[in-house]
Amino acid sequence: MRLTCTVNGKTEVIDDIWPGESLLYVLRERMGLPGAKNACEQGECGSCSVHIDGVLVCACLVAAGQVEGAQIKTVEGLAGATELHPVQQAYLDSGAVQCGFCTPGLIVATVDLLDKNSDPSENEIREALAGNLCRCTGYAKILDAVRLAAARLEKPGKP
Amino acid sequence: MDFFRPTSLADALKLKSAYPLALCINGGTDVMVELNFDRKRPETLLDLSAVQELSQWSEEGDSIVLGAGVTYSRIQAELQAQLPGLAMASRTVGSLQIRNRAGVGGNLGSASPAGDAHPALLATGAAVNVSSIQGNRSIDIHEYFIGPKKSALVPDEIIISITIPKARGGQQFSKIGTRNAMVIAVCSFGLAIDAQSRTVGTGIGSAGPTPLRAVDAEAFAASHLDWEKGTPLTPELLKEFGALVSAASRPIDDIRGTAAYRRHTLAVIAARSLKWAWKSTNEFRSM
Repeated sequence: MRLTCTVNGKTEVIDDIWPGESLLYVLRERMGLPGAKNACEQGECGSCSVHIDGVLVCACLVAAGQVEGAQIKTVEGLAGATELHPVQQAYLDSGAVQCGFCTPGLIVATVDLLDKNSDPSENEIREALAGNLCRCTGYAKILDAVRLAAARLEKPGKP
Repeated sequence: MDFFRPTSLADALKLKSAYPLALCINGGTDVMVELNFDRKRPETLLDLSAVQELSQWSEEGDSIVLGAGVTYSRIQAELQAQLPGLAMASRTVGSLQIRNRAGVGGNLGSASPAGDAHPALLATGAAVNVSSIQGNRSIDIHEYFIGPKKSALVPDEIIISITIPKARGGQQFSKIGTRNAMVIAVCSFGLAIDAQSRTVGTGIGSAGPTPLRAVDAEAFAASHLDWEKGTPLTPELLKEFGALVSAASRPIDDIRGTAAYRRHTLAVIAARSLKWAWKSTNEFRSM
């Protein structure tokens, strides 16, 4: 099966897809985009979070054929040519990255949250990120990073 | 494996008739787990996510007709006032990523006793609207679940929509689990009070081979609530209601909890649900 979709702004045509394989498999194994991580393959961990047509989803739970014609944005599409996305920078600056495996998914989920809600409450952050598991940080630094990113996005240029 | 992606309902029904064993996929949050873990290898996958009719909802008289593919995120955001019980249940489904894809049609297709939407649908007395090229039929939710992960759906049929009466009284949904997110219910309970017909509806999840209804508890509550004045409920009445709900369950011991724990927690969440829902029914009484 042939799949045509847009990934991070670029039109991609991928051949010989097995229709039952996941979008995550297509991204990682066929397109060489390893940012979205493969961990649970059942939507439990959020480490494969990507946007499809602006909607936050687990790439492991989307069949390849379902994204025909769709606009996909992965963590690889967030940074600019010379600088990181403010959410990525906030994760670094807050010490919210340890082993780093969950980080791409959490960053994509945080971008999703802050796009919809520029000043989320503690509970809103927790509910929005509840689908992303981290086994290193204990989440405190991740919550710090979200608050820092929210503050910087609200007032660009703030340290 | 064949993969079909129809863009109209008519085409989807024709395909389901030609390939009755095709596995329907929409949000994919259940089906893809089966595929990823090699638990299912269907010869045909019928993707319904491009069929517009399935992702819309509309008002029809006193009911909402909810497209099978309307996501839980949208139910939460758009139908809170009309379907408060289902909206509450929607918020407990998986995580944001799951709620952005999953819908009630898939929950009904899987027909798991633990499906989060089922207690709310049972409590409100919903109808499942299914179609095939032969025609359309509407299945009473109380006759829909026929066994563990088995429904009254026949192979050439597709779930199109669910007709759910708009709230005419307080509604509640409670779910027991180890955390708020990403939990398959240890047990769950849905309650809908109808101040107009003066009836109470119930739905029990994850505590029997199918989602269940607590018929005796419904009759007890309907006959003991003070419909005229809305007098607050006594602890004795709440306790009896909880006991009757618990008695209607048929739980087993499994990896998520014991039968005894399920019976106990059901009594507790049922009593709380009735207390809360009765309180919010006051807002409907003055209407």
